[in-house]
Amino acid sequence: MQKPSPKISEFQLDNGLQVVVVPDHRAPVATQILWYKVGGADDPKGASGVAHFLEHLMFKGTEEIPPGQFAKIVARNGGEDNAFTSHDVTAYFQRVAKDRLPKVMAMEADRMANLRLSEESALTERDVILEERRSRVDNDPGSILQEKVMAALFETHPYGIPIIGWENEIAKLTRDDALAFYKRFYAPNNAILVVAGDVEPEEVRRLAEETYGKHAPNPELGLRKRTPEAPHAKGETIRLADPRAGRITVQRHYRVPSYNSATKPGEAEALDLMMRVVSARTAGKLYRRLVVEEKIAASAGGWYADTGLDSGRLALYGVAAENVTAEQLDDALSRFIADLKRDGVTQAELDRARNAYLAQFIYAADSHQSLARHYGWRMATGMTLEQIEAWPDRLKKVTPEEIADVARTYLTDENSVTGILEPAAQSLAA
Amino acid sequence: MQVQRIESPGGIKAFLVESHDNPLVALRFAFRGGAAQDPDGKDGLSYFVTGMMDEGAGDLDAAAYQELEQSLAIHMDFDTARDVITCSFQTLTENREAAFELLAKVLSAPRFDADATERVKGQILASLKFDQNDPVNIASRAWTSAAFKGHPYARPVKGSLDTIPEVEPADLRAYADKVYAKDNLTIVVVGDIDAATLAKDLDRIFGALPETAELAAIPDATPAEGPFREVIEMDIPQSIAQFGQAGIMRTDPDFLPAYILNYIIGGGGFNSRLMEEVREKRGLAYSVNSHLFPFAHACVFMGRVATKNEAVGQSLQVIQTELERLAADGPTEDELDGAKRYLTGAYALRFDSSAAIANQLLWLELEGLGVDYVDERNALIDAVTLDDVARVAKRMLHADRLITTIVGKPAEMPPQALAG
Repeated sequence: MQKPSPKISEFQLDNGLQVVVVPDHRAPVATQILWYKVGGADDPKGASGVAHFLEHLMFKGTEEIPPGQFAKIVARNGGEDNAFTSHDVTAYFQRVAKDRLPKVMAMEADRMANLRLSEESALTERDVILEERRSRVDNDPGSILQEKVMAALFETHPYGIPIIGWENEIAKLTRDDALAFYKRFYAPNNAILVVAGDVEPEEVRRLAEETYGKHAPNPELGLRKRTPEAPHAKGETIRLADPRAGRITVQRHYRVPSYNSATKPGEAEALDLMMRVVSARTAGKLYRRLVVEEKIAASAGGWYADTGLDSGRLALYGVAAENVTAEQLDDALSRFIADLKRDGVTQAELDRARNAYLAQFIYAADSHQSLARHYGWRMATGMTLEQIEAWPDRLKKVTPEEIADVARTYLTDENSVTGILEPAAQSLAA
Repeated sequence: MQVQRIESPGGIKAFLVESHDNPLVALRFAFRGGAAQDPDGKDGLSYFVTGMMDEGAGDLDAAAYQELEQSLAIHMDFDTARDVITCSFQTLTENREAAFELLAKVLSAPRFDADATERVKGQILASLKFDQNDPVNIASRAWTSAAFKGHPYARPVKGSLDTIPEVEPADLRAYADKVYAKDNLTIVVVGDIDAATLAKDLDRIFGALPETAELAAIPDATPAEGPFREVIEMDIPQSIAQFGQAGIMRTDPDFLPAYILNYIIGGGGFNSRLMEEVREKRGLAYSVNSHLFPFAHACVFMGRVATKNEAVGQSLQVIQTELERLAADGPTEDELDGAKRYLTGAYALRFDSSAAIANQLLWLELEGLGVDYVDERNALIDAVTLDDVARVAKRMLHADRLITTIVGKPAEMPPQALAG
């Protein structure tokens, strides 16, 4: 199979900022993504949601940029911008015509150190976030269950706390909470800058030095310490009956290693490919069993969340077919998982899924944006550039035996949490 | 970016942008037709058909087809909209021949087997069950059915729990036979393929389709005039409100001023008035926006806000006031300038990958503008004056005649509720 050759390079500024350049000269467009190595799992105890709160407040202004003007200035320069917070990283990005890149780099560098916040704008934004929580969680029973499942999967590690925060804790967040977090974590030596598109490394280096290069590193920045997850004695099942649930859904979640947390070489790759065999849409092994053969589920699938700094997780789920109970569906999932542990996957299944997966790396190279995201996210969560580039080769080495091994090791009762969502007797919609 | 016009020996036309940087080919094509062609009582048929396109073709049953699609690492995605069925198809260069052969089978010999039909039916019904309790979806369906009563656009694109169980393999086949044809087909190809190869491939993929589609005539429609307000009670902490009225058609000379106006109202994210007034100044909502949807036979100007039940009245009042102000005074010079700078500056961002270019060119063709519009578009935006936008604001915005659907438990309503 042909390899994409985007000629990606990296360097570091004197203040510790890591810079990655992804050249793609097909269109006169550039993307900047600044990744801070901090996220919701770094929120102080009792102040859940600070990392995400700060992400919103980063748009409020600096000495240079008047309050509320950041996004407007980007738009007036013909750019698009946004930001997001995960448990481990917080990222800010802009896409612009290439000649506006110096402008947005200057703006992003400016708010790395010069944020200005009024008490009033922080309080208004807190209300916005409470509305965001209502939209994302309270109005959606699937998300309510997801929060409960995460809390059970991670009882001590902060991955069990929602990134957006618990409602009662968001309601108490202040401007000072956000600023303290900002001062501690937002610094060039805690960030990765990815610039992709119609650029060359030398000009990115010059621009980065002129902008980000002005900031001093934060010497206080220590290692991120999160409370580790203690082993669980047994699995747990969480049931949620909600009038808004359309159909019975059963999900089985497992704590498993991520690419970063895996201690044995090849385990994350094996889990990754296992889940591609299991959950590749209609060609997936789980869909074949539950939907096509047993007709117990209307749909079925799964995923492997593999980027976590401290742990990964994976999930298999089914949406019940008409007249199928949660118990029947749960039982079918259990049988599937038991068979997967006993029989593993066949070489033919692995080859098909791997072909499709390796092709993803080539498809991704069609968009410099997806490359910027791919490289930035991986590097911010522990992979080196060399490891990312060698990834397809590592995937090629995975064998069916290794997949059976990780299935037996990690798909255990004590690593699991089952989430069941059922329609309550009465629909809320009149 | 150089767009070539290709015609195959068999007379099939396509637009091609060659790009040999990455070893892949992106193909985007569309059949005019879409959900508006669903027969009475079979709402959701075209959506169902698109869900069946990876369920077997020719000598391959569903399982064999899906395994081959995975082995070849093909991305194939059919989708239906009101007026058109689209397909996005990507293959690696090294699998091109086999991939195109498979696509030819999918288009000319879809199987619509009984067991696959039952399976996909089960999936659509399950997803309709979820939609039925999703406040955004409920508000949207109620709005559409109020705005387009009696017109094919009133039908839900995905169908309903009443119509989907009625769909049989024969219906699916009949729809495909009518809509998959050559004379309603538009094709764009971008990527690692040259003109001569593509010309041959076009015949191989599309050559077996019938010459002409059999499409029912769809009359033009004007969304109903309000004031009309419907509250659908649901016990949730945050209400969803959808509001809107007739927009301005793509073919109308006032379309571009209306497009810019929508950006200023709620299409421009943080650069828009509704975001400024509802979110930034008052913290009433996380999301508030507006859109202009130019369908082939109608245009809708529509917006949406999600806000806690106690603040629904206040949010709708703020929105109504802004629409009234814009209708009376038009936007400011500064707002127009900001909109033009974004819309012209960001146009290049839509052409930064093969898949994105293919998508843009396809829609330019479907909307009747033609691929050359790419070079004219920014000058047309720049030529729009403040007077144009003010005039169109007066023409399009009638805040006292909105159709509004609200899902949730809104605490209190602005006075318009009495009129509606």
